[in-house]
Amino acid sequence: MNLAGFPILSLITWLPLAGVFYIATLKGEEATIACHARKAALFTSLVPLALGIWLWSQFNTTVAGFQFNEAYAWLPGLAVTYKVGIDGISLVLVLLTLFITPIAILSSHGVTSRVRAFFSAVLLLESFTVAMFTATDFLVFYVFFEAVLLPMYLLIGVWGGPKRIYAALKFFLFTLFGSLFMLVALVWIWRNLGTTDIATLLHTAIPASAQMWLFVAFLVAFGVKAAVWPLHTWLPDAYGEAPIPGTILLAAVLSKMGAYGFLRFAVPMLPNAVQQAEPLMFTLGVVAVIYISLVALAQTDVKRLIAYSSVAHMGVIIIGIFTFTVEGIEGALVQMLSHGLIIAGLFVATGVLASRGEGLAMNRLGGLARNMPGFAVLLMLFSLANMGLPGTSGFIGEILVIVGALKVNFWVSLLGGAGMVLGCAYMLVMVRAVLFDKHSSAAIAAFTDLKAHEYAALVPLAVLVLWVGIYPASFTHLLDAPVAALVQTHTAALAAHTQLAMVFSK
Amino acid sequence: MISISPLLPALTLGLGGMLLLVLGVTAKRTALQTANGGAMLFLLCAAAATLAAPDGVLFNGLLKTTLFTRFADTLIYIGAFTALVLSFDFNRKEGIARFEYPVLVLFAVLGMVVMVSANDLMSLYVGFELQSLALYIAAALARDSLRSTEAGLKYFVLGALASGLLLYGISLTYGFTGTTSFPAIAGLLTASVPTGALVGLTFVVVGLAFKISAAPFHMWTPDVYEGAPTSVSALFGTAPKAAAFALFLSVLTGPFGGLLKEWQPLIVILAVASMALGSIAAIMQTNIKRLLAYSSIGHMGYALIGFAAGTAAGYQASLIYVALYVVMSAGAFACVIAFRRQGQAVETIADLAGLGAERPGLALGLAIFMWAMAGIPPLSGFFGKLYVFLAAIDAGLLPLAIIGVLTSVIGAFYYLRVIKVMYFDAGKPGFDRASPGVNFIIGLGAVVTVLFIVAPSPLISAASAAAKALMG
Repeated sequence: MNLAGFPILSLITWLPLAGVFYIATLKGEEATIACHARKAALFTSLVPLALGIWLWSQFNTTVAGFQFNEAYAWLPGLAVTYKVGIDGISLVLVLLTLFITPIAILSSHGVTSRVRAFFSAVLLLESFTVAMFTATDFLVFYVFFEAVLLPMYLLIGVWGGPKRIYAALKFFLFTLFGSLFMLVALVWIWRNLGTTDIATLLHTAIPASAQMWLFVAFLVAFGVKAAVWPLHTWLPDAYGEAPIPGTILLAAVLSKMGAYGFLRFAVPMLPNAVQQAEPLMFTLGVVAVIYISLVALAQTDVKRLIAYSSVAHMGVIIIGIFTFTVEGIEGALVQMLSHGLIIAGLFVATGVLASRGEGLAMNRLGGLARNMPGFAVLLMLFSLANMGLPGTSGFIGEILVIVGALKVNFWVSLLGGAGMVLGCAYMLVMVRAVLFDKHSSAAIAAFTDLKAHEYAALVPLAVLVLWVGIYPASFTHLLDAPVAALVQTHTAALAAHTQLAMVFSK
Repeated sequence: MISISPLLPALTLGLGGMLLLVLGVTAKRTALQTANGGAMLFLLCAAAATLAAPDGVLFNGLLKTTLFTRFADTLIYIGAFTALVLSFDFNRKEGIARFEYPVLVLFAVLGMVVMVSANDLMSLYVGFELQSLALYIAAALARDSLRSTEAGLKYFVLGALASGLLLYGISLTYGFTGTTSFPAIAGLLTASVPTGALVGLTFVVVGLAFKISAAPFHMWTPDVYEGAPTSVSALFGTAPKAAAFALFLSVLTGPFGGLLKEWQPLIVILAVASMALGSIAAIMQTNIKRLLAYSSIGHMGYALIGFAAGTAAGYQASLIYVALYVVMSAGAFACVIAFRRQGQAVETIADLAGLGAERPGLALGLAIFMWAMAGIPPLSGFFGKLYVFLAAIDAGLLPLAIIGVLTSVIGAFYYLRVIKVMYFDAGKPGFDRASPGVNFIIGLGAVVTVLFIVAPSPLISAASAAAKALMG
């Protein structure tokens, strides 16, 4: 079957469903249900995490292809099998998902109504996301790429803020519209190349004439999900209105689905088109970094500021992917991991602020470093990491992307780097308004420091931010083989194309 | 020598119905319980007999049973059985619990089974009329309600018109071919086709399009769905749809099989019109039964896509679609039946506000059916759409598939609105507890819709075998 000898990936993917069933059967008082459901959800998300770590220890880093493969007969007549497997790229994102879900559950103390449904949705979201990252069949990928919408729609719409209905609908329609384009591309590839197996598709050349419009379809589908500027407009609403755990999952995990789509499909399958689209993608990335950073600077609400900061960092990831260099792509992946950890940390901290009950407007906070020292230290750490301070994970990702970009285009590297300086500006503005200055009201001065469950959510994130920052090799060695293979295939495909063009021109 | 076993299902239904009628008239006090229980029993017996029956031709070629007819019959039994279970409690609460209803359902099912198995234009018409007449009466079951009688009358007048058109088409076909037997007609209508037979074909298509409520012959559907008692609408939304669709398939691939090039454009037009109308007209609806009526028009459009492909894969896709739709539709109607406040049926969408908080199970059930109808993976509706779109693309009908994808996005909007009202809007619906039977149907339908992704192969293989049998 596979290296593990048992279907480990399926187990990791679908174990949270056991939690869903258990939580659905809970009965009793609302408060006791809430307590039980939270514990049950936490437990059911920790087991897959443990399995995920074991998987990491068993993972063979020298292999570029998919490992731990499983295949089950699925749709007869269409020759589609339910196939899952992981390579280094998906392993990192699976681990991120498995790690972020318990954090989101820990930071869900603000949710008090319809708790059973809430945790069921969170666990369902975890299952669908992992299923999507591990899919090695395009149709399976598509099914779960869309399925993620259902629990997320409910999370935003039911437990969100005042404008939740608008935000939920916008989120749903934007992503549905985007994935429609992917469906069209999927069906074209399926009918013309005769398979949906990703491993086969990676070695099948797609005619250069079709690549461009396929790329446009992928760009819309994955661009919406990854919130690439200018397809990002759903994001501030969704992030701003979603409940804190929902925002954490959206920002840390779901936004990576788009970037993952680019890496898994667009880059390896459409080498000519992505090469041609490189200037466009660089422009979009640079605009995202600079323009969105300026927008972030203008925000007055902590949560929306962090939401825009998230879009700006997605720009860095896009730049990294489209350098087609080992440094750039690996940087983008480290940035994906690091962004997931940092943004989760920042949103957990936002949730802590929100739970103290004085809102999230920056002019109504201040001076919290005095009465919340533990909170101040951790928020400072995540903020510095978000600016890309050396020693934190943010630095590793950004420096790799800048180096990768420098190999390709000096100006992209310069402008992208400059945008990151803007990141310092808005983060420092936020830190000053929240932690320093003076207390804007007596209520602020009475805020208590972090509680045990808040430490439990923030400290593991902080440890990982530092781990990736100080010893990134634990994660980058997972990426070396698949990224090298990706870049090599890309170069080879382009070389073949150029040779062909030269033959024709003679 | 006629072997009795292929006839057993029809005999069970017919004789069973008559027996219940006699019992109902003689033993008035226990008539309702006897009729309800008896109808369920006879449906189950007929289903068992159908599944056990061999292939065969009966009565000198009047009827024919194949894997295809057994597939369609099974869908009919599932739909009718569900509708019957849903009707018990609802009819009692509405004060329309009469022993005639289960008997009418049995006769309607008999008509459907006969028309699906028809191998001759005469047996086709007899079965067609039997089911139609039984359903006209069922629509007007709440005879003291203005809405219900109006629905019954509308259905009768428009249905009679459709029957007339069908009969006219049949007579033209007979006039130009000189026979009513399917194989004989198929043998004659191949290369050079008389214009009269083409006109006949068109009339037959129109008559059948009425029955599956494909646009532009859909006008009766919203009014009848809304006016008829919900338990009867639940029947309309399931068994007759499956039966009429199966009949449509068997007529156009059977006697008119040689005229694929001629009828294909008609089916394409029906499909496009139905999908467009079903998704656009539904947006404005405030009554959930009307919404489901428009949605059923749209779904028939998607099912027709596979039909229009004119290939075995296309017919298979259509059958898969119809089968999945029967389950979703039965489930959705079960939810509507469960919406009662202080004994009164609630039918407007706005009244569902707050349902998600108050009755999470019921709301989740309806949400699953709505999402499945919208075609969002991983629910069953997505796979139905996937199969029909792929079949259309393989048959060179790319524009049809594109229109289908676009209308399904428009359609997603109104399905989403129902979910939005249930989950996001504040309200206190204060609905009564539904009966165990209704809850069971909702639960079963939801489980099938959700878990189709896990085990799709039984249905798909069965549909594939049925489509092969249909192609001969």
